Amino acid sequence: MVSRIEVALKDGLEDPAGASLKRRILEDLKINSVSSVRTASAYVIEAQLGEEELQKIAQEIFADAVTSGAFVNAPCIKEGFAFAVEVGFKPGVTDNVGGSAKEAIEDCLGEKLEGGVYTSRIYFLYGNVKKEEAERIAKEMLANGLIERWGISKDFEYANAIAQVPKVLPMQPVPVQNISLELDDEKLVSLSKKRLLALSLEEMERIREHFADGKVRVGREKEGLLAMPTDAELEMLAQTWSEHCKHKIFNAKIEYEENGKKENINSLFKTYIVATTKKAGKGKGWLLSVFSDNAGIVRFNEEWNLAIKVETHNTPSALDPYGGALTGILGVNRDVLGAGMGAKPIFNTDVLCFAPFEYAGMVPPKLMHPKRTLEGVRKGIERGGNASGIPTVNGAVVFEPRFLGKPLVYCGTCGIMPAKIKGKETHKKEAKKTDRIFMVGGRVGKDGIHGATFSSVGLDEDSPTSAVQLGDAIVQKKAADFLLAARDEGLYNAITDNGAGGLASSVGEMAQDTQGCIMHLERCPLKYPGLAPWEMLVSESQERMTVAVPKEKAGEFAALAALYEVEATDLGEFTNSGYFVAKYKEKTIAMLQMEFLHKGVPQMELQAKWEERWEEKQGKYEIPKLGEALVRLLARPNICSKEYIIRQYDHEVMGMSALKPLCGVERDGPSDAGVIAPVQESKEAIAISNGICPRYSDADAYWMAANAVDEAVRNLVATGVDVQTIAGLDNFCWCDPIYTKENADGKYRLAQLVRANKALYEVCTAYGVPLISGKDSMKNDYRNGSIAISIPPTLLFSAIGKIKDVEKIVSSDFKEGGDVVYVLGKTFDECGKSEYFLEYEVKGGKVPRVDAQANFKLYACLASAIKKGMVRSAHDCSDGGLGVALAECGIGGRLGVRVDLEKVPREGGLADDKILFSESSGRFVVSVRKKDCAKFENEMRGCAFGKVGEVKKDDAFEVKGVGEHGAIYTKVGVLLAAWQRTMKW
Amino acid sequence: MAKPKILVLDGFGLNCERETAIALSEMGADARVVHFYKLQTRREKLEEYAGMVIPGGWSFGDDIAGGKVLANRIKYRIWDQMKKFHEEEKPIVGICNGFQMLVKLGLLPNLSGRVEQEVTLTNNASGKFEDRWIALAPQKKSVCPYAKEVGWISAPVRHGEGRFIAKDEKTLERIEEMGLVAFRYACEGGKREENESVGYPLNPNGAQNDIAGVCDESGKVFGMMPHPECSIFEWQHPNKEKAHAQGSRKFYGNIVKEAAKF
Repeated sequence: MVSRIEVALKDGLEDPAGASLKRRILEDLKINSVSSVRTASAYVIEAQLGEEELQKIAQEIFADAVTSGAFVNAPCIKEGFAFAVEVGFKPGVTDNVGGSAKEAIEDCLGEKLEGGVYTSRIYFLYGNVKKEEAERIAKEMLANGLIERWGISKDFEYANAIAQVPKVLPMQPVPVQNISLELDDEKLVSLSKKRLLALSLEEMERIREHFADGKVRVGREKEGLLAMPTDAELEMLAQTWSEHCKHKIFNAKIEYEENGKKENINSLFKTYIVATTKKAGKGKGWLLSVFSDNAGIVRFNEEWNLAIKVETHNTPSALDPYGGALTGILGVNRDVLGAGMGAKPIFNTDVLCFAPFEYAGMVPPKLMHPKRTLEGVRKGIERGGNASGIPTVNGAVVFEPRFLGKPLVYCGTCGIMPAKIKGKETHKKEAKKTDRIFMVGGRVGKDGIHGATFSSVGLDEDSPTSAVQLGDAIVQKKAADFLLAARDEGLYNAITDNGAGGLASSVGEMAQDTQGCIMHLERCPLKYPGLAPWEMLVSESQERMTVAVPKEKAGEFAALAALYEVEATDLGEFTNSGYFVAKYKEKTIAMLQMEFLHKGVPQMELQAKWEERWEEKQGKYEIPKLGEALVRLLARPNICSKEYIIRQYDHEVMGMSALKPLCGVERDGPSDAGVIAPVQESKEAIAISNGICPRYSDADAYWMAANAVDEAVRNLVATGVDVQTIAGLDNFCWCDPIYTKENADGKYRLAQLVRANKALYEVCTAYGVPLISGKDSMKNDYRNGSIAISIPPTLLFSAIGKIKDVEKIVSSDFKEGGDVVYVLGKTFDECGKSEYFLEYEVKGGKVPRVDAQANFKLYACLASAIKKGMVRSAHDCSDGGLGVALAECGIGGRLGVRVDLEKVPREGGLADDKILFSESSGRFVVSVRKKDCAKFENEMRGCAFGKVGEVKKDDAFEVKGVGEHGAIYTKVGVLLAAWQRTMKW
Repeated sequence: MAKPKILVLDGFGLNCERETAIALSEMGADARVVHFYKLQTRREKLEEYAGMVIPGGWSFGDDIAGGKVLANRIKYRIWDQMKKFHEEEKPIVGICNGFQMLVKLGLLPNLSGRVEQEVTLTNNASGKFEDRWIALAPQKKSVCPYAKEVGWISAPVRHGEGRFIAKDEKTLERIEEMGLVAFRYACEGGKREENESVGYPLNPNGAQNDIAGVCDESGKVFGMMPHPECSIFEWQHPNKEKAHAQGSRKFYGNIVKEAAKF
């Protein structure tokens, strides 16, 4: 039996959700016929319930005594609207609200419901709305066809417009199949493509070779397996060997050619990333676990460790921005929860790259308008962070037209854990032979099958929709609460998350500790029946962790899980058989040598060829009026205030945040970094920042990467971090760097990747910044017929550093009239790809270089001055240069400034516009109390710095130039308005 | 004097338990974070506590409506304990999600004494979740002991459903007459004109009469949307060069003081 309860606001009450939808329909879809929108919800309950019971739950659970009424098996609004659009999930898609509603109904009735509760939203559109308009609104704003279905109706029968119960119909599970690899090359490749294995011909051949081996055959016969691999084995190998899991490009042999000179690089990862940490990490005992775990682990102090990880979730976010970003956040939270013995997430940091939101061109098939992508991603992060109780403390949003092809969604998390629990160091873990394999958290469904392999190929029209998933923050929060309690009780030996590749990857990786495991897949708790065993192995259903529990503690572990109302299932045990064995109903369906599974993948051999493509010669242009230029720059999407986004994230839950993303007297100025004091008894703090500048890749990915590192480090220094304590995380998002006939630019892109790695090594080692964790996503391309869009090569460099005393941190806003303003660092003629040149469409120019030696010295001096309390405000100069930095300091403090550009340290011959808007690296705007000036200047001895002016007592913003155009006379209020208006949504 | 034992509830997506416990201990309580299951299974006994705080968070993801599913769970699983605790007039304080829960459960303002919902906290007028620092003015007329001598509070709001609305005019009038409004949104420094709304964004959600926090007739059951537990130390404040934390400290100190009577 199926009943339906609808919940709607009482008549006459305003509907803020409806009002903001109406606004967005007008602004984003340009449909002006909608006069108002009312929203309602529907709950479809699958259970035998009497009228009395239904009325009871309707009134007690769904209605609100003040605002909303609940209607049992009756429409909440019968007439008056033009169209009702109802949007519900497709069968099998996680329904968070449905899950909570089910729990509430069960509490209320005191019994378990057999069936499910399925939710949908109803939007009543009023006004003179045409059917086509209602359809566009449904399709382009309200529903995502990949995961949702919708119906449109003119009258109260809207409830019939979508099928009542989006239940997954029982499917006949596909029996285990054997797959012959005795095929010719072409067929092998097409098999890989058809099954979405994303394996190359060479890799397919390697697998064929392995199964043809006589010894392997004999072993398989004993287990009753054919010589041919099973579907489960092939799928497992594909997941484990995916670019996503094995980073094959970063581990490839590369022949790099530059100006006719050739260089052989055996693994970018070893040559540049590991080498950076070896050199820069020397003598840094606080590096506890790097590159080996789900996240990097560093010591915070004697009692506490921190685990940190930054991930990407680009492809899922392209298909379903909300779900993609949400699962991205929850996924990286699990990385941290599964690092070492498990850390409790304490903050998130998110960096997003989109095409400009005012994009007016054609949106290619399967892609979304960038504004819709932005809104969806923003909402996913809001839900993922806020509902999990993890503050989002820092981030960035970058706009560039080529991110239309694939948006970038970087999600980072830091967690904290005691350095020791019951005398054992927590950054180490090891599964032991006979430990039970527990799966904890959510259930397994078809969602997210092929996520790891899918993200290893480009996005095209045939991209599968099964790779899209929705996360459930509360299921995960409950699981996290339980696991941290189990950790403190010492109930497990090892833990890892289920992310890409599902159980195949998580259990497979953990089984390396003991060299083997045996799993019984029929024990897997399923969301719905009908999954093939191989699907259970590789499904990427969310909110699951894999835990190795000592046999004797399994009972206690399961009992504690039950108290926390968390599902924990014993799937088998770890062995030392040398094999990963999976059984389904006593029959062996997979048996793979651990050695082959993890080390069998052949090393790729790739070619890279660098060519100078950037024309440094600067195009001709007329210098604009500087005041007007500054206003225009402040309004540019890459520079403007992101308050609209930031405010919708909780940035201070847990009460640890000291420097928030918005600072200043009105709490709306930009901060350079986030600062968190995570331990109650200590004043020590951790700062987090991000550097990202994809624009510079067009000139040289070397400088793109160098600037990203410098920006992140500089941001930390501005808040009071000592460079010696900084560690970095590298996160590469590239366009396909493998040369093929179809990808003719592959060699150049790989050369860009090589150069970015060289820069990463050079700058990090010069600063002494070790790398502790990283990630790469190499296929950020869109192809569909003649349309091809590839993202600009992008390195996100995230940095963390320590602050001794949280009470001494410095923010970017000017504090008081009369304070003296300094510019630190030298300005060069470096306007190539700057926001300034882009705004005025000037071609060419040099992109900023990074003089790591000079910067390093400057950073050390500034850090020391901050530690001694001499600095009242510090802000880094980046997008938009010195002009924008000065404006932002003024905006934060609501105080004007008087500056003489003549005093700015710079290379000779620079005109005013370049002094103001060049984006040279290594620079700051700092303010200092008059009485501290002499001390401060003494502290900065030997560095490039200039005493350029002073903070005004009023809001006059005055810049005196060196040239004839050289003057800005304006008010902070004017700058503020320009800076805030672009994204005032 | 022994420190009063105060329970901070945890579980199902509540997530401000850490800072709430810190705020209470900072002001002299023996604050314990206790998971819901421990009360349900009687591993912890509510009657052994002198006060209870339901902290902020997203219990059950705010699904259906903020605090609703948790209220339902308390009603059907641990109501006996809660009822006794309530009858003894021990402090019961809800912050943010805890406030939503108390309202949906009917413990606030509970004019009828029948523990039925009489007011609500619904979607912000802005249609958005917002994290924003606001100012609070304690109300002189208030019967709430936690608002006494607070001065003013500077603290963040972090919610999407915080708009206080009473069932009808009469309910609102009675709440005002009986002095149940303990805190209203105000301008910096806690200043506000009587009978005049401070308007958005100072009133961040469009609450009637700028109401931020209310109590029941005894004054002991209390809830508010803002998070004073996040402004207990000066370094937590966005404007570090001014002293801001006193109001929040006094507020939590008052809760501890009331609990100490049991």
